Amino acid sequence: MSQSLSTATVLVSNSQGLHMRPANLLATTASKFLSVVTLSREGQSVDCKSILGILTLGAFQGSQIEVLADGPDAEIAIATIVNLFQRGFDEPAE
Amino acid sequence: MLELQGIAVSPGVAIGQALVFDREGYQISRSRSATADGNQEWLRLKAAIDVAAAKLDASAQETSDKLGARLGGIFTAQLQMLLDRRLHEELEQLIQKQSYSAEFAVSEVLNGYAAAFRRAGSSFLAERAGDIRDIERSLLEGLSGVPTQTLREISKPAIIASHDLTPGETAVMDPRKVLGLCTETGGPGGHTAIVARGLEIPAVVGIGPFLHLLRVDDSIIVDGHLGRVLINPDDHTRERYLARREHRQSIARELTELRDLPACTSDGIRVELMANIEFPNEGQACLDRGADGVGLYRTEFLYLGSEADPSEEDHFQAYVQVARDMAGKPVVMRTLDLGADKMGMTPYAHQENNPFLGLRSIRLSLRNPALFRIQIRAMLRAASEGDIRIMFPMITTLDELRTARFLLRSIAEDLREEGYVVRNDIPIGMMVEVPAAVIMLDRFIQEVDFVSIGTNDLTQYVLAVDRGNEAVADLYQACDPAVLRLIQKTWEIATQHNISISVCGEMSNHPALALLLVGMGIRVLSVAPSAIPVLKKAIRSVTIGQCQAMAWRAMRLDTAKEVDAFLQNQLAGLVPEMVLQA
Repeated sequence: MSQSLSTATVLVSNSQGLHMRPANLLATTASKFLSVVTLSREGQSVDCKSILGILTLGAFQGSQIEVLADGPDAEIAIATIVNLFQRGFDEPAE
Repeated sequence: MLELQGIAVSPGVAIGQALVFDREGYQISRSRSATADGNQEWLRLKAAIDVAAAKLDASAQETSDKLGARLGGIFTAQLQMLLDRRLHEELEQLIQKQSYSAEFAVSEVLNGYAAAFRRAGSSFLAERAGDIRDIERSLLEGLSGVPTQTLREISKPAIIASHDLTPGETAVMDPRKVLGLCTETGGPGGHTAIVARGLEIPAVVGIGPFLHLLRVDDSIIVDGHLGRVLINPDDHTRERYLARREHRQSIARELTELRDLPACTSDGIRVELMANIEFPNEGQACLDRGADGVGLYRTEFLYLGSEADPSEEDHFQAYVQVARDMAGKPVVMRTLDLGADKMGMTPYAHQENNPFLGLRSIRLSLRNPALFRIQIRAMLRAASEGDIRIMFPMITTLDELRTARFLLRSIAEDLREEGYVVRNDIPIGMMVEVPAAVIMLDRFIQEVDFVSIGTNDLTQYVLAVDRGNEAVADLYQACDPAVLRLIQKTWEIATQHNISISVCGEMSNHPALALLLVGMGIRVLSVAPSAIPVLKKAIRSVTIGQCQAMAWRAMRLDTAKEVDAFLQNQLAGLVPEMVLQA
């Protein structure tokens, strides 16, 4: 892969944290990119293309997550993932 | 004959062959592949994955149709996990590069995930561990080609004995094949209990280790009334239970005739028999049994599925369905009565030492107004479509009651501003289940439209007993004189102030206790739908004077044992055909 590496830090804003629906959304979205995308929280890193991996993070509301993308489309991958977090995964605001 | 004691969570008696449903015993071929053909092995696994995926898809549809979309979502979630890309990569890696057998790879990888989920410390993820076990079992079964029996596929009717049951398993139980359930773990509030009650399958949980005592084809009796399980009953016991069952069945036949008759004592005193329900589609069952309404609509099932918290729409659909089905008969809805530990992923409270005394129920709702708001909005909206009443559980202080009522009023105002029509005459009540509520009832009574005694929790709190704790569960007795005195006090104050009072705990499921309550002055009972015909029969067989005499005497006894014996005796005298020889 090319040497493009992008990172960002995001906050989990939706009240249920990374439960099934956001985890599924993240996995499906990340899978569209060529880059390897990882999510890290408190020293634990998981593959963002894996719903099981994301669930193991156990991230609830307020958790801070580091997103890392490595590959030819790293920048757009990061931007898209960050956007998902910022939109609170389109869950109804409470 | 071996006699075991557990917690009765779903009434009825099941007599049959035991089928031990024990995943732990499933033999996994823990070997490396016999041939070096990892590729072949991987293809074999992929085929099994496809089959499992198709089954999950079908289950999701079927369960949604039968028990609603929330429980159907259990299978949709499992499907998403099964198709996880990383999971496939890990499995392929083990099979192709490390010569694992497909079975071993499945077992290793999925157990790893299940362990990680259990470690994470949220109840949401702990339930996902149960889903992972379902997936593992499904794949192993597909690989072996020998179907282990899921609860859906058992060939002949049997009583299931198991360590516990995952949500996926309980959701597919077929009451025609599953005659009864007995599990080593579990309590009255778990999935197994709730689904068993909804499907009217006798169930006893929390028995402790006993599976090792069962042999293939042992016969077994599950007594869902007394919480007893009898392994290889001797002929005498068997006969007795068979006779009881036949007896009950013949009563049941007579009772269907009672459906449209009112529950009046023989000298004309009317008792309202309402139903306690969990699921929205139970409304029809209530009407079939001749219920006068829904006295307690437990709304917790909405939080039982594997997905996130339900939306306002989810709540609304669940409420309005019952409102419509009950066609003008009263429906009393209780706001959320769960503990922080059951509330999905978000840690509403840190690991609580005493969940029953902790952030649960109305406390949880008031501490999380956003959550409360969703439920109240849906209830207020649904109230326009029937005779809906709203009730707050576990009210302990006047502050709580006042805050809850205030929130409800302001939420109603918001809805009106948004254009909804919201009735301004919805009866608002409270559950009387915390001792403080009884002690201060003279104050509370000024600020509610009705009260309902929750004898389950009241008994626990006042006797300081956790009924789910096998070590002390026998202290939990609803007919304990302490409990009876509190009920009496509650009745006196409510009656003085002309406030409607009902009893909605399991206590009134038993005819003897129901007649006692009627004798004490209670005129509205809310019970399991299946109990309605029996209670109606009992009430129609007695005069109010007989009930009152019974109550007077019972209130002067010293211990729960004495009260129980006395009541059984009385019932035998008053309604002889109803007495069940213990």
